[in-house]
Amino acid sequence: MSFNVLASTLGTMAPAEGFPPTPEIFWQPLFSVAGVSITRAMVVAAISVVGIAWWLVATTQRAAVVPSKGQFFTEGVYGFVRNGIAKDMIGSKDFLRFVPLLFSLFIFILVNNLFGIVPFIQMPTMSRIGFPIALVLVVYVVYHGIGIKKHGLAGYFKFLVPGGLPGWIVPFIFVLEFITFFITRPLTLALRLFGNMFAGHMLLVVFIVGGWELFLADSFFLKLAALPAWVLAFAFTLFEGLVQFLQAYVFTLLAASYIGGALADEH
Amino acid sequence: MQLNAILPALMPGQEEPSATLPILPYLPELVFGLIAFAIIYWVVQSKVVPNLEKAYAERTEAIQGGIHKAEEAQAQAQAALEQYQAQLTEARAEASRIREDAKAQGAQIIAEMREQAASEAARLTDIAHKQIEAERQQAIVSLRSDVGRMSTDLASRIVGESLHEETRQKGIVERFLAELESGDVVREKVGSKGEDA
Repeated sequence: MSFNVLASTLGTMAPAEGFPPTPEIFWQPLFSVAGVSITRAMVVAAISVVGIAWWLVATTQRAAVVPSKGQFFTEGVYGFVRNGIAKDMIGSKDFLRFVPLLFSLFIFILVNNLFGIVPFIQMPTMSRIGFPIALVLVVYVVYHGIGIKKHGLAGYFKFLVPGGLPGWIVPFIFVLEFITFFITRPLTLALRLFGNMFAGHMLLVVFIVGGWELFLADSFFLKLAALPAWVLAFAFTLFEGLVQFLQAYVFTLLAASYIGGALADEH
Repeated sequence: MQLNAILPALMPGQEEPSATLPILPYLPELVFGLIAFAIIYWVVQSKVVPNLEKAYAERTEAIQGGIHKAEEAQAQAQAALEQYQAQLTEARAEASRIREDAKAQGAQIIAEMREQAASEAARLTDIAHKQIEAERQQAIVSLRSDVGRMSTDLASRIVGESLHEETRQKGIVERFLAELESGDVVREKVGSKGEDA
C-alpha cells in the first residue's frame, strides 16, 4: 500500500536522532555547488519548473478551438485562475495583464505543494520559507508598483486612507493602513503558506515515522499500534492534499485581491 | 539512505541557522525561488497565455459565428416560408379567380346558347311563315283560276251557253280579279276577305 511505501521511505530518511521529528528535518542539503549547499527543496523546485514548463508548453503549443485532453485540463486550471480569481478580484477592465502572474503563482505553488505528498519527492517546497518569501516579494513589488504608477507616489499614500474621515483620526488610520499594506500583508501572505506546508509536513512525518517507531518497538502491542498510526497518516495525506490546494488558491486569491485593491479608484 | 546521518559528515562544521530556526530564510533558496518563478512566469507569459487567449478568442468567435450562421439560416427559412405562403395564397386566389371566370363564362355560354336557340327558333318560324305565305300565294293563284272557272261555269249555266271562250277572249275574269286586287271599288270587301284568309 502506498502509505507503507511512504512510511518506509520516510522511515529510512527519518533522522537518526529518532522521534519526535525536529524542524531540522526540513534542512536537507543534498550536495554543494561552489560552496553553496543545494537543498532538497531547491531540487524539488527545479523539478517542478521543468515539469510545469514542459506540461504547459506541450498542452498549449497547438492550442486549438477544439481542445485535446491535455489542453482541456490546462484550460480548466487556467480558466479557474483567469475567471475565478483574476476577473473576480481585479475586475474585467485590467485583469488580463495580471493573469500570467496569477496563473504562474497558482500553478507553481500548487505543484510544489502537491510534491509534499507525491511519493519519493515528499517535500513541500514552500515549507522552506525562502520560497514563500521569494513569491511574496514578487507580489509585493507588483502591487505597490502598480498602485504607485496609478496614483503617483504621494497619491498612493493618500489613497491608503479612506476619504470622508474626521481630520484627527486620519494619522491613526494612516499608520494602521501603512502597516497593513507594507508589513502585515506580505508577512501573513508568506507565513500562511509557509506555516501550512511546514505544519502539514510535520504532521505527516509524525504519523508515518511515529508508526515506524512503533513498528520497530519490541512489544507486540506497540507493533500493532503502528497500524492505526499509518491509517491516520493515509487520511492526513488526503487531507494535506486538500490543504495544499487551498493554500495555493488562497495565496493566489490574496495576491489578486491586493493587486485589485491597489488598482481601485478609491480605498 | 541515511542522508541526514551522512550529511553532517559531508559538510562538517557548516552551521546553517535556518536548519534549527525554520523561520529564517536560507538565502540560496530565496534566490533560487525567484529564478524558478521567473522561469515559470516567462514560459506562462510568452508561450502559454497568448496561445490560450487566442484559442479562447477563436472559440468565442466560432461560437458567435455559428450563432450568426444559424440566425441567417433561420431568416432564410423564414423568408422561404413566407414566399411559399405568398405563392400559395396567390395560387388560391388565382384558382378562385379561374373558377369565377369559368362560372361567368359558363353563364355567358348558356346565355349565348339561349340567344342562339331563340334566333334559330325565330329563323325557323320565319321560314315557316314564308313557306306558309308562299303556299298561300300559290293557293290564291290556284284559287283564282278555280274561282274564275267556277264562276264562269256558273254564269254559263245561268246564261245557258258556254262563256268560256268569250271570257277567255275578253279576259273578263282576269280583269275582274285584277280589279279586285288593285282596284278600289270592291277592294275593301276583298281586302277584308283577304285578311280573313
